[in-house]
This record gives sequence, structure tokens and C-alpha cells, in this order.
Amino acid sequence: MNADFSPEDAAFRDEVREFLQNEFPTAYRDKVDAGIRLSKDEIVHWQKILFEKGWAAPNWPVEHGGTGWSPTQKHIFAMEMGLTGAPEPVPFGMKMVAPVLMAYGSGEQQQRFLPDILQSNVWWCQGYSEPNSGSDLASLKTSAVRDGDHYIVNGAKTWNTYGQYADWIFCLVRTDTTVKKQEGISFLLIDMHSPGVSHKPIVLLDGHSEVNEIFFDEVRVPAENLIGEENKGWTYAKVLLTHERTNIALVPRSTRRLRALRRAAASLDDGQGGSMLEDPVFSHRLAGLEIELKALEYAELRTLASLSVGKSPGPESSILKIVGTELAQRIDEMFLELGAYHSLPYLPEQFDEGFQGTTLEPGGLAGQGLVYLNDRKLSIFGGSNEVQRNIICKAVLGL
Amino acid sequence: MDFSYSEEQQMLKESVGKFVRQQYDFDTRNRIAASETGYSEENWKLFAELGWLTVPFAGEDGGFGDSAVDLMVMMEEFGKAMLLEPFLPSVVLAGRLLAALGDARQKEELLPALMVGNLQLACAWAESGSRYNLAHVRLSARGEGGNVVLSGAKVNVLHGPNADKLLVTARESGAVTGSDGLSVFLVDRDAPGVDVRAYANMDASRAARISFNEVTVPESARLGKPGGAYEALERVFDHATAAVCAQAVGALDTLLRKTVEYSKTRKQFGVPIGSFQALQHRMADMFIECQLARSITVMAAMQLDSDAPWQSRSAAVSAAKSRLGRAIRKVGQEAVQIHGGIGMTDELDVSHLFRQVTGLELLFGDADYHTARFTRLQNAG
Repeated sequence: MNADFSPEDAAFRDEVREFLQNEFPTAYRDKVDAGIRLSKDEIVHWQKILFEKGWAAPNWPVEHGGTGWSPTQKHIFAMEMGLTGAPEPVPFGMKMVAPVLMAYGSGEQQQRFLPDILQSNVWWCQGYSEPNSGSDLASLKTSAVRDGDHYIVNGAKTWNTYGQYADWIFCLVRTDTTVKKQEGISFLLIDMHSPGVSHKPIVLLDGHSEVNEIFFDEVRVPAENLIGEENKGWTYAKVLLTHERTNIALVPRSTRRLRALRRAAASLDDGQGGSMLEDPVFSHRLAGLEIELKALEYAELRTLASLSVGKSPGPESSILKIVGTELAQRIDEMFLELGAYHSLPYLPEQFDEGFQGTTLEPGGLAGQGLVYLNDRKLSIFGGSNEVQRNIICKAVLGL
Repeated sequence: MDFSYSEEQQMLKESVGKFVRQQYDFDTRNRIAASETGYSEENWKLFAELGWLTVPFAGEDGGFGDSAVDLMVMMEEFGKAMLLEPFLPSVVLAGRLLAALGDARQKEELLPALMVGNLQLACAWAESGSRYNLAHVRLSARGEGGNVVLSGAKVNVLHGPNADKLLVTARESGAVTGSDGLSVFLVDRDAPGVDVRAYANMDASRAARISFNEVTVPESARLGKPGGAYEALERVFDHATAAVCAQAVGALDTLLRKTVEYSKTRKQFGVPIGSFQALQHRMADMFIECQLARSITVMAAMQLDSDAPWQSRSAAVSAAKSRLGRAIRKVGQEAVQIHGGIGMTDELDVSHLFRQVTGLELLFGDADYHTARFTRLQNAG
């Protein structure tokens, strides 16, 4: 065991740091610092910069355009990206549908879809949840009925993050209603521009609509868009869920936010003549979160290390999801409390993509109240933290 | 970065693991706990023969290498079986303090004897009122005709009743909480004026309150420069604290395993209680606590073995002990709760494990103490 970076890894870290310093556009950095959302065009632009560098897909195999990095290098890259505030690739293409295509797609499908994902030419979204199928995902009802060379798709999907931007959606659809619910599901790719596809934004508690409902009304989908075998979709989706768990623990993001929290606390009055950082209760709780982050970071590093010697990622990813999201939420709570009355203004438009004005609240605190509200999603999405605990009970504890 | 065990560490783990599994079951431990000294002299000889007593010492002192990761590997296995032999107080604490502060003659005289199992040491550091602050020392050392006279009292001297010699922290100068002016003296446990009141701690290990009533020792009993012991004390205690974390990780794993097993066999309302989701999720949380406890303990050990500045190594240790304190509360209390009434009984090992980890929770500082120390070290950096 050895905690020190090798000279090669240290050099790699410097290279990544320098690249981000020079290539992540200052305008985007300012926006991220101010909590303003990047637009679709800006996110795509940044992805293309990464692609030019050859760093768009750290976790892909080399033959598909991945980097071939070691787990330590991947960790360094994710950490430096997070500390800079540079957005991760939109996960739906890069991290979700691409591994399924690589594992179960035909050569033709891989040729057709992967290069556009790598180059960020196409925006994907995920079609799993339905209005009546949340944690019990396998109960989904959106149907795909074979009709010659096509499937006819009818139904509704929900919670589609950035569905308003998407060109394509990967869906779990029901292709057999006569068998056990998990055994009648298929994995189907659908062009969002097909006739019969429509979407409706869902306004969330923070005033934004980053998620949508998507409706399918007699949508004709070419049968060649089916991944793998009919009725095997549940298996593929499950593999995907344990396969791609990079950065599920949000360690880089939480590291960045904790540093920002410490800085903000040092500059804010405690109302008693000192700074909030000098407030013993606040400072003690802040240290508690910093300690939790160290435990989480090493839990993640140990998981990555076990992957690198060929073990498959197991329920460890459930631990990382639970602890990572709950820590992120506790950091949000500290920001909320730190802001006091500054956390209360409800001005979502200040954080919209195009916002050019001056935000109402002091730097570092602007919008933290809204972040607190928005991040309640973290323990709900991606398999709620209760579902993750069920996975631990079943897969590890044998309960 | 590398998270794999070396071949030697793997062998050490297997060797210690095999011993505790085959020769240290719960009944055996109970017999040892009930014996007069509270540990097995026979086991101690075996540890010496196997070379285990050399692990926390540097090669130049005749040791195995003094790696915190090696020590972690051993302590975790010891923790699984609630080992009672005085490896921590005699070797990891007092032995390493002697190695850190002693001159060539002192080390030559004592360390080889310690490593072959012929000498037992204990460290007397804590006082009533010092809580976890190593610098808070009232016990005084004053020069008198070429000798030193020690006056004061120590609490929680682990292994104090059975040790041959005591390493005693004493104040030669400075304020009660000052880090300057502290020295460590070697004192025979049987020396005139040393009054040992022996007892057992809640984890069944033996400890003592010891009064030093005008105890006279020669100048040569001082380890290191007069008044200059604090830095070495802090570093030795950091290592010992990381070792305690590893011991707790082992014990917590056993608590989790036993709780899950019990929940699968104990039936109520016609079904195993482990089928109730209200209990399942709590056991999932226990598992998470165990994993985080292990991860942060690994971090502390790796940092101790690294080239990082001492301040950040100490911060890593405090982070670990703070986190362990919380994990111990959670896993220990939940293990008893999920077992129900039977978890309260002296008959079942669960209650002994709970007592063991509660002792480890407080030893060298609880979660609040180490969170505050972590903050102090962070802010100083």
C-alpha cells in the first residue's frame, strides 16, 4: 500500500491541470462559479474541446476512442475536472447507452452511434422511469409491438433529464406482457424527431425544468434499433447499472463545494463580531463533513483499485451512491444555513443559461437555497437510496 | 497509489488471522479474561516466536520495518477476536515511545528483551483532568542531588498491573498544558513509592491508577532530552491511534457479521427477523459504516507511511479516529438492538464486542476530540 502518486501520475496531474487552466473557457468557468447553468451549445462546445484532446471518454476502451488510462489516472482526471468546475460529459450517451452498445450492440449499431456520442454530435436521454414505474422499474408499461420491420411504440416516460435537448432516447419497453415482468422488456433506441414523439417540461421545486415527460403515440421505430435480443432488455439495463459507476460518489464536486463553503464561511459575519468559520459549532460540523469526504474518497479509491485487478464492481457502487449523495446533500444544508436570509430569495431566472445581470446575493451564496432544493433529487434518482440499501441487503448481506 | 497488500503483509494477515480463528475462540478468551493477569503468557511467547512483537519497530532497532500498514493488518485481525494480550500498550505504545526517545544504551538494554517477549512495558500518560490532551501533565519531575523525583498520579495505565517497567510522562517545567517541559521517565513498577491500584476496563483489559509518591529515579532513567518529549509522544500516539482504528475495524466487522447471521436464524411472527425491511436497512447502514471505517483507516495508515508533512499525517489520523468514533456508536448500538434481549447478556459475545469497541471509541480521544484536533491541524496548515 502506498498513498503517494508515482512521478508519472504526478506529471499527468500537472498536464491535466494545465490543460484545464488553458482550455476550459473562462466565460464558462465564471458561469459555473456563479451557479449559472451552461447552455446546450456551451456544454457541447466543451465536450468537443475534450474530444479534440482525445479525452472525451476516459472510461471507454481504446478501440472505441477511449483513453486507456489507469484507474489512478481516471481518478486524477475526474478530480481535476471537478475542482475546476468543468462539466462532466452528459452521462446519457457517454456513460449509459455507449457501454450497452459496446457490450450488446451489433457492429453496425456501434458504427452508427458510437462516433457521434464520442464527438458529442448527438444528445441522448434516458427512457426508463414511467409515471407509475419508479423504484419498481420492471413494472413499466410503454409498449413496443412488432409490425413488419418496425415496432409501434405507445406510452409515456418521465423524469427525462435534458430530454428537451435530446436527439435520441434509449428506452426500456414492454415487448411481452405474458411473462414475468422482468422477462418481457426490450432495449430500444428511438429517434426523438420521429412523428408521434412529444415532450412536456416538468417544473421542479427550484423553479427549473431540467426534466421532462416524453410521450410516444403510435411511434414507428425501425426494428434495427433494437439492442441485442428481444425481451433481454432488463438484463442489459442491470449490467449497465453496475457497470458504469464512475464518479457516482461525487467526490470531486463535493471537494470543490467544501472548499468553497470554507472560503465563504471565512468571509461571512457570524452576527456576533466574528466570522462563521470561527463559530465553533459551524466549524465542527464543517470538519465532520471534510472527514466524511476523506472516508468516501478512500472508499471510492479502494473500489477503483479492486476493479483494476479484474474484480467486477459490485454492490460497492451502492455504498458510493448512498454516501456520496447524502454527503452532497449535507454540504447543501451547510450552505443553506451559512446563507441565512441570503438563502431565501427565489429567483431561478438568475441562474438560467442566458442570464447576464448581477445576481442578487453575495458571491458564493447566490442560489445556494435553490441548489439545496434541487439536490434533494440526488438521493432519489439513479435508484433511490432505499433501493440501493435493498441491493446491499440482497447482494452483500444475503438477507 | 497502490491499495494492494505486499506479499509480506498478506502472509502476516494470514498468520495472525489463522491464530485468532484457531486458537482464540470466545470461550478461550473468556478463560484468559478471568485469569489473574488477564492475558496468556503462553500466547505472548508464541507472538514473540512468530516475530509479531518486532513488527512496529524499524529495521535499525532490530524490528520488522515499522510500517503503519503492517500494523493495521495485524490489529484488524486482533480486533476480530477481541485479543487481550498487551500488544498495543506494551509494544505499540510504550515500545515505540522507547524507540523514539531512548538513546542507544537504553534501547539496547530494553528493546531486544521486549521483542523476544521477556520484558513488558506500559505507558503512564493520562491524568485525571487531562482528558485526551497529551500535553496536560501535572505529574512533576524535579532534580534532587543528581536524581529525579517524580510526584503525581496517572489514570488508565493500560497493562499497568502486569508491566515490568513504566514509561511515565512528567512535567519538568512550563504550564500544566504546555507542550514544552515534558519528559518521559522509565520507572520500575515495583520501585518504592509506586502505588498501583489494578482493575479491569470494560473491555476486560487490565489497567491501573498509579500514584507516584516521591519516586526517585536516576537521571539516566530519562528518555530523550529534558523537557523535549512532546513531539515524539504525539507521533507515537498517532501511530497507536491508527492501530486502535484498525482494531476497531476488525471488531466492527465481527459485530456486523454476527448481527446479520442472527437476523437470519432468529424467528419472530413466523419469519426470520432479517426479512423485515426495517431491520434490513439498518444492517445495510451498519455495513456502510464498516466500509467507511475501513476506508478511512486505510487512509490514515497509508498517510502515516507516506512522505507527507507530519501535520497532515496527524490530521489523517484524527480524521480516522473521529470517523471511527461515529461508526463504533452506530454499529455497536445497532448490533445490540437488533439482537434484542440476548444482545444484552453477558453470555453472548455481542455484548463483549460492544464493550470492546466502546473502550476503543474513547481510547486516545473520542469523535468530538479528534474532529476538533483535525480542525486545528487544518487551520494551522
